Amino acid sequence: MPQPSFSSFSSWSIADRDILLPYSAGAYWQNWGDQVLVWTLRLCASIAALVIVFILAYLCAQSFPLLGQYGLNGITRFFTDLTWAPTRGQFNLSPMLVGTLCATLGAILLAAPLGIATAIFARFYAPTAIIKIVHGVLGLLAGIPSVVYGLWGLTVFVPWLNTYHPPGFSLLVGIGILTIMVVPTVALVSESALQAVPHEHIASGFALGCSRWQVVRSIVLPAARSGVMTGVILGITRIIGETMAVAMVMGNTIRMPDSLFAPVRTLTAHIALEMSFALGDHRAALFTAGLLLLVVVIGLVLLADRIQRSAVHA
Amino acid sequence: MAEAFAQAFEKQHPDVRIDVHGGGSSVGIIAPQTGLADVGMVSRPLRHNETPRLTSTTFALDGIALITHASNPVGGLSKWQVIDLYTGTVANWNMLGGDDAQIVVVNKEAGRGTRTLFEQYFGLAQQVVSSALIIGPNGQAILTIAGNPQAIAYVSSGAAEVAIRRGLPIKILALDGVSATQTNVQNGTYGLRRPLNFVTAQPAQGLAKAFLDFVLTPTGQQLVMEHDFVPAYSQIAQH
Repeated sequence: MPQPSFSSFSSWSIADRDILLPYSAGAYWQNWGDQVLVWTLRLCASIAALVIVFILAYLCAQSFPLLGQYGLNGITRFFTDLTWAPTRGQFNLSPMLVGTLCATLGAILLAAPLGIATAIFARFYAPTAIIKIVHGVLGLLAGIPSVVYGLWGLTVFVPWLNTYHPPGFSLLVGIGILTIMVVPTVALVSESALQAVPHEHIASGFALGCSRWQVVRSIVLPAARSGVMTGVILGITRIIGETMAVAMVMGNTIRMPDSLFAPVRTLTAHIALEMSFALGDHRAALFTAGLLLLVVVIGLVLLADRIQRSAVHA
Repeated sequence: MAEAFAQAFEKQHPDVRIDVHGGGSSVGIIAPQTGLADVGMVSRPLRHNETPRLTSTTFALDGIALITHASNPVGGLSKWQVIDLYTGTVANWNMLGGDDAQIVVVNKEAGRGTRTLFEQYFGLAQQVVSSALIIGPNGQAILTIAGNPQAIAYVSSGAAEVAIRRGLPIKILALDGVSATQTNVQNGTYGLRRPLNFVTAQPAQGLAKAFLDFVLTPTGQQLVMEHDFVPAYSQIAQH
């Protein structure tokens, strides 16, 4: 039987685990305590999975009155209706979808390099005293409620941008706020991924005469790739889910954005803004927006998973 | 304000507890019908398809005031100027006697009670500018105006007055020369106003009735004033 070859404990594959912890070993299964543990864990795991299924089912059920009304047309109408005008039975969600995608893309393109750079700095370049400060600041930033970021953007950034490019409420300010919100998440998760790279790898790099940057670039980053990617995915999902801050600074205009200075509305802001007074078809359309949001998130997570896999096997 | 009513009512009836929940007019419509609550709150007149199942009691009135930044030289607008503003016909303040600056129009979400009322009052139904910013809650709209000398919005006049007293740089515009004072809103001289209603599934009975009666007593109406809304007094509309 071939020995599992794993470069570090942080990159165990499922196959490695099955070899290391063989289910088939008799003693393992005959132990009553293990049985109880395994079934408890299975129960916990299935509860977590069932919650998603229930949410999905509920969203489908709530949006069905509208979604199932005209067959396939019931689905496409959310992209082909003239506009979003719930009082006139028009439910085009595409401006909000585009708003969500633009804001997410913009914010993660800024936040990912910033967060990863912060993590590399804190792990390999910063003096001990500075590391403590960086960790303190990141922890604090990650803990600030989003409504506070929103208030800050609304009273500081928006009026400032308004003097150059009215109305100030814009995709740009939204992306800026989202970036600041999400850098700590990316940085903290990336840093723990960098820390998981075995010390021997780094020491061997230095022994070969590599510079600090060469070690970081050629040894640490490739080894920590999958952990860093996890940080970026967490960042993306936090950006997509962000509601309050975005609704406060982006203007919420229902229109395709034509520039960074244009006000836009995201799917989350859309649901939050209108749910409190929506009735009937309007309400069902908002549940459809929630369903669309979930589909976008699932799509992005799957995509990130593919990238992560190809990165590990590269 | 409902919380203030509840507290005052509980003080008079020590054995009664009233839970107050927020959630907008759709919750106010649904909750009494499903039995989740005895009394719902709705900040608009009931629609025709709602009146057969619900009874509303108007306990206060609220003016809808057009507000701008305090530094804006425009002091008032005519009805036609407001229509031009919100349909996008007028895009610069200098066409309304103000400075040469782009107008930033702030609207509320389509379907929200206040916007529906605003559109009905000005006959705007379909052609509202699509570039308008959408800011729902009064507080946020007021903050927006305070930070933007070019913007115009419409909010609850009570909320605007509180903000002005707290020193925020906003001002209330007169509409056709009439300002949204308490007296003008109450007697209808200032027509852009909305009723604040308590809604029950059937004509109120028992404790719910006692509560609604209390709200309409001088003590209750005093509370309305303390919260910067306009008392309904004799305008108790029973559908």
